[in-house]
Amino acid sequence: MSAINVSKVLDQSHASRVFDLAEMPLRELNRALHNLTLGSNETAWEVLNPKGSHSVAVGVDQPVTIDVRGSVGYYCGGMNDGSAITVHGSAGPGVGENMMSGSITVKGDASQYAGATGRGGLLVIEGNASSRCGISMKGIDIVVHGNIGHMSAFMAQSGNLVVLGDAGDALGDSIYEARLFVRGKVGSLGADCIAKEMRSEHLELLQGLLDRAGVTGVKAAEFTRYGSARTLYNFNIDNADAY
Amino acid sequence: MCGIVGLFLKDKSLEPRLGSMLSEMLISLSDRGPDSAGIAIYGAPSGNEAKITIQSAKPEHDFRNLDAELARAIGTPVNIAVKSTHAVVRTTPDKIDEVREAIQALRPDIRTMGAGDVVEIYKEVGLPEAVVDRFDVRSMTGTHGIGHTRMATESAVTTMGAHPFSTGADQCLVHNGSLSNHNNVRRELIREGMKFETENDTEVAAAYLSSQMAHGKNLGEALEGTLSDLDGFFTFVVGTKNGFGVVRDPIACKPAVMAETDQYVAFGSEYRALTKLPGIDNARVWEPEPATVYFWEH
Repeated sequence: MSAINVSKVLDQSHASRVFDLAEMPLRELNRALHNLTLGSNETAWEVLNPKGSHSVAVGVDQPVTIDVRGSVGYYCGGMNDGSAITVHGSAGPGVGENMMSGSITVKGDASQYAGATGRGGLLVIEGNASSRCGISMKGIDIVVHGNIGHMSAFMAQSGNLVVLGDAGDALGDSIYEARLFVRGKVGSLGADCIAKEMRSEHLELLQGLLDRAGVTGVKAAEFTRYGSARTLYNFNIDNADAY
Repeated sequence: MCGIVGLFLKDKSLEPRLGSMLSEMLISLSDRGPDSAGIAIYGAPSGNEAKITIQSAKPEHDFRNLDAELARAIGTPVNIAVKSTHAVVRTTPDKIDEVREAIQALRPDIRTMGAGDVVEIYKEVGLPEAVVDRFDVRSMTGTHGIGHTRMATESAVTTMGAHPFSTGADQCLVHNGSLSNHNNVRRELIREGMKFETENDTEVAAAYLSSQMAHGKNLGEALEGTLSDLDGFFTFVVGTKNGFGVVRDPIACKPAVMAETDQYVAFGSEYRALTKLPGIDNARVWEPEPATVYFWEH
C-alpha cells in the first residue's frame, strides 16, 4: 500500500464534518448530530463561528467528538449523552445542563448554572464558573480550574463538584448527598452544608477526577471536602428558618 | 427576559459608529423581548445647547407648526428635528424648563422622552430592527449609549412603557428584571416631588437614581444605594451626561456580560450582543459580580 493510500484510509476513519455557523443555520448542525447512529464514521465534528449562539450541540446521544471554535450562548451541550464536546472559548448560561454521560470541556469561562441538574458525565471548566454552578446536580462530575460563584451546588443531590480556586457565598445550600471539594476559600456555606473529613476513599476519588480533568501539579490533599449535615432531611421545627 | 445593551466609548475615532454599533448589539438580542425597543444616545456636546426628545402618537398633527408656536410662546427661536413619531427640540439650556412647559400647554398629548445637554431617546413598540430603522439610529454619532428590547412583565406595552426611562437631565436607565417594592419607593419619591408618567417599575428605579444624584451622590454612590433600597431582580445599565454604570442585585439571576478594551466598555445581556464589536476576541470579557457597582466616566 502506497503512502497516499494510507492517508486516504486515515481520512476516512477520521471523517470530520465542519459546520460553519456563519453560513449554515444552527438547526442544521443539531439535526445532523441528532441523525447520527451508532457506528457512524462521522466521529469528529467541528463547529466554526458560534458567536454566542444558543443550544449548540444540544441533545447529542452518540460517542463523537465536537470541537466548537469560539464562544457559545445558552445551553451548549445540554442533555449530552456520550459525546465529547470541547468549547474553545467561553460558554453562556446552562452549559451541559442535564448532561447524562460523556464530557464537555470549556477552555474559557462558564456563565451561570453550569452543569445544572446533570445526571452523569464530566464537565470541565478550565476558566472560572459563575453563580449556581452544579445547581441541583444529580450524578454529574464537575471540575472547575478557577473559581465558582455564589449559590453553587444549591440542592445538589449526587455527584462531585471539584473547584481548584475559590467558591462564592452559600456554597451547597440545602445540599443532599453530593460531594464538594474546594481547594481555595469558600465565601460562606449555605444551609446544612458543612466541611467534612477527607478520608482515603475521598482522596482516591478526587485524584481520579483531577486526572480525568487533565489537572496536573495539584494534590488531592490540598482540598477540603464539604457535604450535607443531613439536618434538613426530616422536618424539625427548630430548623424552620433554614428550609 | 428583556435584553439590554450599553456601549461607552473611550476611543474618539469610534464615535461616528456609535449608533450603528449599538443598533447591531440590540438587534442581536431581539428574541429576548418582542414588545418594544428603545435607545438612548449621548451625542457630543455642541456648546450652548440643550435638547428635549418628545414623542407623539399623532406626529403629523402635533409637530406641525410647533417650532413657530414655541418660538412665539417663549420669545426665542427653537429648532425642531422630526424623526417619525419623535422630535428633538433644541434650545438654550436656560430655556429648557420654559420650553417643556410651553410644549405641555400647546400640545398636551406630547410626551417627553428625555431632556438634557446631550441625550436623545428613541423608543417605540416593536422589534429593535424596526425601531432603529424608524429613527435611523445607525447614523447617529456619540460618546456612549444604552438600549433595551422589552418583554413586558410590569405595566402595559406602550411607548411610554418602553425603556430607556429618563427621569433627570441626561440621565437614563434600562433594566432587565422586576422590582417588588416599586410602589413603596414610588410613593416616597412622589413625596419628595418626583413625577411619574407610568406604572412601570423601571421608571421608579430611574427616578430613585435621579433623586440620589440630586442629593449630591455621584453615579457610583447612587447605584450602590439600589442594593439596599430596591428589592427584586435587576440588572441596571445607566447613562449620565459623561458616565456609564452597571449594577446587578445580590441574587444576580439576570444575565450580564461585559467587555473592555482600550477603545470601549460594552455591556450585553448575552455574549452574542458583543460579538461584532471591534477587537472583541482580545477584549477582557467578564460577568459582573452580584451586588457590585461598575462605572466609568469621561
